Amino acid sequence: MHPAFSVIFFTTCSGAGYGLLALMGIFGAAGMVPADPWMGFTGLAFALSLVSIGLLASTFHLGRPERAWRALTQWRSSWLAREGVMAVLTYIPAGLFGLGWVWFEDTTGLWAVAGVVAAILAWLTVMSTAMIYRSLKPIHQWHNDWTVPSYVLLSVMSGAVLMSLLIQLFGVSNPYIQGLTVVTLALGWGLKTMYWKFNERTSGLPTVNSAIGIDAAGDVSVLELPHTSANYLMKEMGFKVAQKHADKLRRISHLTGFALPLVFSLGAMFVEGYSALAFVVLAWALCSIGIIVERWLFFAEAKHTVNLYYGASGA
Amino acid sequence: MTSLPTHTHKKLGLVIDLDTCVGCHACATNCKEWNTGGHSAPLPDVNPYGAEPDGVWFNRVHSFEVQRGDRPNLTINFPRSCLHCENAECVTVCPTGASYKRVEDGIVLVNTDKCIGCKLCSWACPYGAREFDADEGVMKKCTLCIDRIYNENLDPEDRQPACVLTCPTGARHFGDLNDPESRVSQLTAARHGRDLMPELGYKPTNKYLPPRARKVDSLDVGAPEELVPIVADGFLGWLDNILSK
Repeated sequence: MHPAFSVIFFTTCSGAGYGLLALMGIFGAAGMVPADPWMGFTGLAFALSLVSIGLLASTFHLGRPERAWRALTQWRSSWLAREGVMAVLTYIPAGLFGLGWVWFEDTTGLWAVAGVVAAILAWLTVMSTAMIYRSLKPIHQWHNDWTVPSYVLLSVMSGAVLMSLLIQLFGVSNPYIQGLTVVTLALGWGLKTMYWKFNERTSGLPTVNSAIGIDAAGDVSVLELPHTSANYLMKEMGFKVAQKHADKLRRISHLTGFALPLVFSLGAMFVEGYSALAFVVLAWALCSIGIIVERWLFFAEAKHTVNLYYGASGA
Repeated sequence: MTSLPTHTHKKLGLVIDLDTCVGCHACATNCKEWNTGGHSAPLPDVNPYGAEPDGVWFNRVHSFEVQRGDRPNLTINFPRSCLHCENAECVTVCPTGASYKRVEDGIVLVNTDKCIGCKLCSWACPYGAREFDADEGVMKKCTLCIDRIYNENLDPEDRQPACVLTCPTGARHFGDLNDPESRVSQLTAARHGRDLMPELGYKPTNKYLPPRARKVDSLDVGAPEELVPIVADGFLGWLDNILSK
């Protein structure tokens, strides 16, 4: 599938934003971080900015962005509509929670409830995003049980990396948040590795024989294409990434997305002051690069069944 | 609503005979011609006379070669268009309600006034039936010539999809696949019509008739395996002798 910049930017950016929002909601509601108004403002404003910029970016790839509001109407059947509804709903408890934390310096009672609700809605939004891909049967690399857990875990992971950075900025030390960052980085790394292994060893059921209704024994090859130059289908769904490039990008993603942030996040637990801050900044910067590469591969390596009609041996 | 109807009164669709299709692209051409002025008009062309022409077509004719071991290779000309699936997931993924499946005849359509051009429906279609109109920013697809088949301004025999009417070899058939007595249903039963990619569970309405078994040996057509030399006698024998010298 064509790795569109707007969708890669949207899923990584808003994924991290929702991850941070959810963790602020949970840790704030649990009273595990101080209700410092500046920390609350910085964290929530950053989380909601990431989410909003991401959502805005996702409308850039629409043919008719001015009609985007219509995408909220079909939540009964469409995961894309559900994602839109969840995204809009999340702003309400998130805004209330922010009001409590920043204005009233209070994250307890009803404010805490708002925080927990914001966290749940944030996770449901990320889950809906993942379900958009998970539900597409023509794309084997997405239509499997690894897609949704990967999206949700990577969102929590990028949120935790950001949350670690946030508390370091305000000189707060919290072993639970730092521990969660290390654990989610390790789990995310493991899960994504298993996702890649799954896609290496499996492929979708359809073959070119079943695609053209010829199930008699015989090797089917393209004799002539219907058109002389690439059409919409080939441009949108025929994207191919060379295996050697994919392997290199995967190594980059392993290293910058997971391994190095894991080392730096772990290291930050054992040092203090500016060294700790430098460690979490490095962890965040590297992780962001790694996750963008991971997301690029998620799209670039996805093979749509329509390619069977254009000479692909499998999908 | 983008939820699918549980039942459609008719299942209008096409039956395409891969045995008789010669891959002439007349169906694709006439489809383009009719539909660029029809329900989803216009079907844009980008750079039509340049080196890399592009544009929206509802019907594309592929040609494949099947290698069958020691038997001769088989050429399959394969017209590809919307199959108006019973389980049309291009409809259920639509976030706006622009895509819908009609209860009365099962035809899958796009309301281009509601489409936001998110392209998700084209991702959800395994068959590549939907093509994006970059000029208008909306998705377009085969309408089964909705503006022909119910068009009372046309003679009854012309109330068929443009691709069916134009096919010079009669490889395309239009009708109600919900009615077991219809010509298309009977043709499908007699020729073991196939669903495309049945493993994905989209339950396409359109059926494809596989090629009939080819007569490969001379015995199959009743001819002798080898020609036996004629032994002529009399005048012809004498002539043969003279000329053979």
